[in-house]
Formats: sequence, structure tokens, C-alpha cells
Amino acid sequence: MAMETSAGPVTNDVVVGSRVGLHARPAALVAQAAAAQPVIVQIAKDGAPVQARSVLSLISLGAKCGDTVTLSAEGDGAPAAVAALAELIARDLDAE
Amino acid sequence: MSDQLSGTGVSPGIAVGPVVQMGLPIGELPEPTARGDAQLETQRANRALDEVARDLERRQERATGTAAEVLFAQSMMARDPVLLDAVAAEAATGRPAPHAVNAAIRGFREQLVAAGGYMAERAADLDDLRNRCIARLLHLPMPGVPDRDDPFVLVAGDLAPADTVDLDPALVVALVTERGGATSHTAIIAKAMGLPAVVTCPGITAVREETRVIVDGSTGLVTLDPADDQVAAAQRRAAARAELLESSSGPGRTLDGQRVELLLNLGSTSEADAADVDAEGVGLLRTEFLFLDRTTEPTVDEQVEAYARLFAAFGGRKVVVRTLDVGADKPLPFVEPGPGDNPALGLRGWRLGERNPGLLERQLDAIAAAAAGSQCDTWVMAPMIATVEEAAAFTDRAHAAGHATAGVMVEVPSLALRAGELMRVVDFVSIGTNDLSQYTFAADRLVGELGDLLDPWQPALLELVARTAQAGVAAHVPVGVCGEAASDPYLALVLAGVGCSSLSMARGSLPQVRVSLAGVTVQRCRDLAQIALAAPDARTARAKTAAELG
Repeated sequence: MAMETSAGPVTNDVVVGSRVGLHARPAALVAQAAAAQPVIVQIAKDGAPVQARSVLSLISLGAKCGDTVTLSAEGDGAPAAVAALAELIARDLDAE
Repeated sequence: MSDQLSGTGVSPGIAVGPVVQMGLPIGELPEPTARGDAQLETQRANRALDEVARDLERRQERATGTAAEVLFAQSMMARDPVLLDAVAAEAATGRPAPHAVNAAIRGFREQLVAAGGYMAERAADLDDLRNRCIARLLHLPMPGVPDRDDPFVLVAGDLAPADTVDLDPALVVALVTERGGATSHTAIIAKAMGLPAVVTCPGITAVREETRVIVDGSTGLVTLDPADDQVAAAQRRAAARAELLESSSGPGRTLDGQRVELLLNLGSTSEADAADVDAEGVGLLRTEFLFLDRTTEPTVDEQVEAYARLFAAFGGRKVVVRTLDVGADKPLPFVEPGPGDNPALGLRGWRLGERNPGLLERQLDAIAAAAAGSQCDTWVMAPMIATVEEAAAFTDRAHAAGHATAGVMVEVPSLALRAGELMRVVDFVSIGTNDLSQYTFAADRLVGELGDLLDPWQPALLELVARTAQAGVAAHVPVGVCGEAASDPYLALVLAGVGCSSLSMARGSLPQVRVSLAGVTVQRCRDLAQIALAAPDARTARAKTAAELG
């Protein structure tokens, strides 16, 4: 039976839900959630991926509301980690 | 006898407390003198970042709303693993910890600025993080107002608006600055908060931290290391003063019953809570807030809604609304500014009308509609009026829009010089002493070094005010003052003495002006006005008036 690790990297495209984009509070919340994951989750927006647990890298993406970002991770727990962050990014974190 | 330092008292009151010096901004770092040990310097930098993060988290717990969110994001930045990697990489090149942090943060800062918009605004958070971290590493005081839990006397070279936004009036008991003048931001904020303040006080920034001082905002004296009996006497005087302010209430009047209306200056309709202040109304409602930070002009309906909210809060009282006062210094995307690189002398206030037909009319209609649905006694006035002809053109339009009471600001000397003629075409006048100073002395309000020229005690300014007020008295046209001058409890008496019938100020200043008025007769106010007008300079005018009042 194939293990998760042998399935290669998990990727997921997600549309940014926060009205102000991934800045300040939304980015800090995503970085906090990413740091709590057992694997390193990468995030990209038309370019080289950066670490999702880095709030500064997240802000530097310049992702606005409605932009699509790509999450990716490898290893044990990767699908759950990517899914958790995707769910968070899709929400309007500024309104919460 | 204890040592004393002497400055200019700009906000009365007495306070006792330990000196806390405000940290200076951290500038560029000098080149490192030696290569650092990569591992050691990385550890030092990480420890400093961790301490900064904890400090931010601690402050976040006490903060609410946007402030808490910014602090949260900032603490996450200080803990950013990619930043820590970058710091280690910089340290590996031989940079000592402060330089490594500086270089690593600069790299991220450039990325944020390049991202533009909202992201670029976070550059300021990063700058603050850099300053805090470097201050820790170099054992410098934290830049900005110190974070303390017990009351203190805040001492600084000078205070800028950014320094004072989160001053806690429960902790800061007095302000003392080495520089600054009577119209400095320090003086304005101190009066608004009702804090004793002394400015232009040489030597104060050299006073050791934690030195106990007595600050007397009336005399301008700062007593260092006072004896216990001096402290006790100061505390008795402070308590007596607090009791006096607390017990004063109601409309402004002199000892012999002459009425001087006490009104509030408000910067936006969101200050409807000011209706709870014991004041007779609003003497200056600025309306710029409705127009700033927008890409299009607010609709009449939007404006009506905003004005109506404030009028409802002040129902039954007077509210003086000033029409839009923007110009080249505060440009709006939907207002054609015209040419000119001398904004204060260019197309601002009333002068924008020619290029922006309908802007003023729509505002006057909105104010009239909101007033019609309220119990307020609503007055309207125009800023930047230079001639009697312009004043007449404004009052005609305001009357046509249904406003019963229309007047103008006197802030350009040419209008004060024609005060007698002016009174024929207006229902009231409000003197903006801040701009009147700027234009009389050809001294930019934003240039701190010109503070002495902009002192509201300048006899030439007082002469223009007196001329305007006396013309108003003769023509039975009310003349008020809504500039800084009105909030000075001594100068307020001089203004009443020359015939001003209302004084409008920040809410914190109002009780002490009321107490000041209640202590003297009209004749005494007139005598004080004579003394101030006859003085050779502002300093003497202030000192002689204060001496008269003991």
C-alpha cells in the first residue's frame, strides 16, 4: 500500500479571501498556522515559492484579495497541512 | 535649596514625578570596527529579536483593536524563521549582531516597498522592529515614548505628533522639552490633554533618568530633587487646582457675569462623544475628514448623514461648521489644485471654488439639510478669506443655501485690516490665530525653528485680533477665536479683554479657561489686554500678564 510520502509533493491552488490581501494580520495568522504544521509548507504566487511560516515572505508575495496562490508540501502530514492552510487563506481573515 | 531649570510654561498645572527621557530615533549605524564571531553574533541577535518579540507580545495583550493586530503581526516578524536565517547569513560574513540585524531587515524592507500599496505600509513596522532590536543590542533607550507602568514626567528634545499618539494621560503627568515653542506640538497636545507643560527648557535633556522633579506649567519652572516639604506643597497646590477644575461647570462668564461662550474644536463628526463635555457647543467643526483619503467627492447624501450624526449629539447647542479647507498641501484627487509650490499661499479653502464649481454649493446644501432636521443652532463659515468682497460672496451663497448665520474665518491679515468693512457683510467672525500668525509673520507653521514668531502672545498678532474684535463690538457682530490662543488660560483673558465673545478650543483646555475667566472681572480683562498689547515682545507679554495674575 502506497504511503503518503511516496505520493510526491502535495499542491493546492487557493484564492485569497481576505479583503486586504495577505498583509499584516492575515499573513501573521497564516504564518502562525504554518509554523504549527509538522512539515514545511511552501507558498508561491507567479514566482519562486517561499516558506508559509515566514510572515515577511508572505507579505512580500503581495497577494491581493482574489489572487491565486499555490501551496505545496512534502512528507508525512503534507495533505492535511496544505488543506489546513488553504482553508485559512480562503477565509476573510480581516473580517474575523 | 534645590536646583531649578527654567523654561516657558505653555500649559498650566503642577505635577511631581520621576524624569523619563524619551529615546532618540536610531540613526544609521557607524561601520563596524572589527569582524564579529559568526556564531556568537548570531546568538546575540537572536536573543535580542526574541526579547523584542516578547515585549511586543506583552504589549499586544494590553492593547485592543488595530493596535493589537499590528503588534501581533510585528511579533510574528521578530520570530520569522526566514529573517533569523538571513541574520545568521549576515553574521556569517563577519557583521556584528546590530549590523547583521540591520542588513537582514533592510533586505526584507526593500522587498516590501517593491510590493507597493498595503505591503509597503508594513515597512514602518519593520523599521520599528529594527530600531527596537538595535536599541537592545547597543543598550540605548528604546526609541519613542517609554513603556512604563507608573506615572512619570516625559522629557524630550521636542515631541512630534507620532511620539504622542499613544501617550497615556494616566501615566504621563507632565511634559518638558528642551526645544519647541509656545505653538509647538508639545504645547498643543499638553493643553488638549490638560497636562502641565514647559518648553524651551535648556538643560532638561541632561537631567538623569528617575530624578524627581516638580513641573510648574504656569511659571515654567522645573525643580530638581525637591525636598519633601516642597513636594508636599506642590501636591497641595495640584490637588486644590484639580478640585477647582472639577467643581467648575456651566457657561463661560467673568467674575462680574460677562458672558464668554466656551466652545469645542472638533476634527471630525466621529467626535460626537464630545457632546458629553460641559461646553456650550462647537466653535469649529472641521470638515476635511469627510473628503480626505477618498478618490471621489462624498455625495450630498453621505455628507448629510455625517453632519446629521453630530448635530443630533449636540442638539439644542451651537455648532459652527467650517467649509472644506484643503489645498495644495492636502491635495484631493477630485479637487483641481492649480499650480504653485507655496501651498499655504496658493489655492486653498475658499480659493478652490473657482476651479471646482459646485463643490462648495454641495457642501452648503448638505449642511443645511442636516441642520434642518436637527435642533442645533448651525452656523457656517469659510476659510482663507482675504477680502471683504470674498466674504460677501460667501455669505451670499450661504444665505441662498438657507443658512441663517454665515460668517468667515479671519486668518489673513488683509481681512483683519479691513475689519470695520467686513462686519457689514457677515453675521459673525471667527479668528484662526494659528494661520493668522503664519501669514502675519511670514513664518511657516511647520517650521519648528520659527516657533518664537508664531507665539500667540506676539503683540502684532494681538493687535490684529484686537482690531477685529473691536470692530465686531462696534457693529454688534460676534467675534470668536478658534486658534491655539483661545486655549491658553491667561491669553483667554486678554482675548476677552479686547472684546472676543467666544473661545473655541480642545476639550482638555476648557475647564481651566472657564476657571480662569470666572476669577476676574471684565475690567481686569481689559487691563490685562492693555498690558499685553503694550509689551515689546511675546515673552514679556506673557510674563507680565502672568505676574499680574500672581
